[in-house]
Amino acid sequence: MTSPLLEVRGLKTVFHDLKGAWPAVDGVDLIVEPGEILGLVGESGSGKSVTGFSLVQLIDAPGEVVAGDVMFKGEDLRRASEERMRNLRGDRIAMIFQDPLMTLNPVLSIGEQMCEAILEHRTVSRQEALKEAANALARVGIPSPEARLKQFPHEFSGGMRQRVAIATALLNKPDLIIADEPTTALDVTIQSQILFEVQKLSRETGAAVLWITHDLAVIAELADRVAVMYAGRIVETGTVDDVLDHPRHPYTLGLLGSSAAAIAPGERLRQINGMAPSINSRPSGCPFRPRCERALAICSEVDPSPQSDREHSYRCHNPVPEGSTP
Amino acid sequence: MTAYVLQRLIQSILVLLAVSIVVFLAVYGIGDPIELLVPPQVSAAERAAMIRRLGLDLPVLQQYLVFLGNALKGDLGRSFVHGVPAVDLILARLPATFELVLLAMSLAAVVGIPLGLLAGLNPESRPSRAIMAGTVLGFSLPSFWKGMMLVLLFSVALGWLPTAGRGETVSVLGIQTSLLTLDGLKHLVLPALNLAIPNMALMIKLVAAGTSEAMTQDYVKYARAKGVRPKRVVGRHVLRNILIPVVTVAGMEFGSLVAFSTITETVFAWPGMGKLLIDSIYQLDRPVIVAYVMLATLLFVAVNFLVDILYAALDPRVKLTGEMV
Repeated sequence: MTSPLLEVRGLKTVFHDLKGAWPAVDGVDLIVEPGEILGLVGESGSGKSVTGFSLVQLIDAPGEVVAGDVMFKGEDLRRASEERMRNLRGDRIAMIFQDPLMTLNPVLSIGEQMCEAILEHRTVSRQEALKEAANALARVGIPSPEARLKQFPHEFSGGMRQRVAIATALLNKPDLIIADEPTTALDVTIQSQILFEVQKLSRETGAAVLWITHDLAVIAELADRVAVMYAGRIVETGTVDDVLDHPRHPYTLGLLGSSAAAIAPGERLRQINGMAPSINSRPSGCPFRPRCERALAICSEVDPSPQSDREHSYRCHNPVPEGSTP
Repeated sequence: MTAYVLQRLIQSILVLLAVSIVVFLAVYGIGDPIELLVPPQVSAAERAAMIRRLGLDLPVLQQYLVFLGNALKGDLGRSFVHGVPAVDLILARLPATFELVLLAMSLAAVVGIPLGLLAGLNPESRPSRAIMAGTVLGFSLPSFWKGMMLVLLFSVALGWLPTAGRGETVSVLGIQTSLLTLDGLKHLVLPALNLAIPNMALMIKLVAAGTSEAMTQDYVKYARAKGVRPKRVVGRHVLRNILIPVVTVAGMEFGSLVAFSTITETVFAWPGMGKLLIDSIYQLDRPVIVAYVMLATLLFVAVNFLVDILYAALDPRVKLTGEMV
């Protein structure tokens, strides 16, 4: 068995304010194998984006990564220098952000923004970099890439800009791509095109992908494995087939039940009762307990620790019985 | 682009026309120049002849129309006091003011932009707080007082720099300049500094505000996620975005300094346009005042146009198109 590409243990990221330090990410464990696509799913405020940024040490004050190990190819990124991290970012670990309208600098040309990703990591000529950038654009299906490189972000549609971001991520043939809800801001047809591209490119280049999303349908289509996040921790993780077909955590079951595909046409959409607890009012015991239909007395006292059943692990005192379908 | 230039041209003519009316009426209102121009011992007949010669016997509307007719031919009138064309008088003073303002604005940019970046990047740090406190001082100290204090400190107490005047000049392409002689530069430093200080403060504020806002933008985080060096993130991604407001303000300030650096020129006895304006107002030299304001307006119109072109160069989203509204 080969060692994983990325192994995260007990990652904890807090946000400081006058009253204290509030954990947005509270003991996250993750494993990403080389070349696989791991979906990290959760609702708004569950800490999934913060997890992504914590991995590459891009958490700005008042946020701070306070605990945990982030082992990337055997190197602990938590102890890496800022210069070492800069060398890794965009080179070994690329990122794609959520809103393509905001992530490209409006006053710099696409060519410059793509080339800098190359030139900051490798010593090649500008011409060489431009050629690579054009090839990358062609690869994600952007026609006449040479002409496009001279253009500016406002001359691209949202979907095109996200393709530019994907092409940029691929430039240095990274080992890992962290994609933070990259299709959320796009319409559905563009979304499935992008998903298809990413899956294809991941296979071609062997890059592993950590795909952060709130959309289980995307995970089902794209990912090999899934980790479900709630209130700053992973509550259930396993292969996509295991977790989506046989969820053990009531939260995962609720998420699956609330998707439009799970109900008959004309029926009212189901939802999980209540709201995700905010960062400074997490309940004692299991954080999902106040919203859980299966809660027991023990749930308000003891925080469940992960229990696993082969590759499938979940944190619940009273898991959904095996074999029940959503 | 052609449509845009044409549209700006028409706008400019309308602005000039409006300004000419306001200024003409205003100088008409502030007093009768005859009392100052004609010595008391002159006979009534000579006095009347003088009034007629200067065209002051006509009703104000007619005076204005005469002025406008001449202005269209490029003649903005003759100085009552010096007897030479007002425009020549002003243009002769332009190089002195221009070099002063050029140095002042360069100083403001060279000092203001880096300090603004520094203050914007770490707003909570001690040096940043000191810089921002300094800007308040730079804004609020009155120009004449600051000028006198500079003279007191550097000329009187330390004896490093001359107190007033323009110093030695050399002629380059027919224009007198003090930028190229050591003595001229020595004379230039204090008035330029005096003009630069409030503009430095302005630049610092603008750049600091722009920087701290730009640093929170997604494109900065994205650039960092690409592994871009901090120097390049600030020097390229951030600076390029904040230069747009800076250029606007610098352009407007440049125009207003050239036209109205009156106080500094007076304090340092700098023989520039501002000094001419204040002298002309004291002597009620109407044609010079009117011509001065007209030229100042022209300057502002030109600077604004230049700023718009710079915008288009800085911000790819700006397209110069003529849209009649």
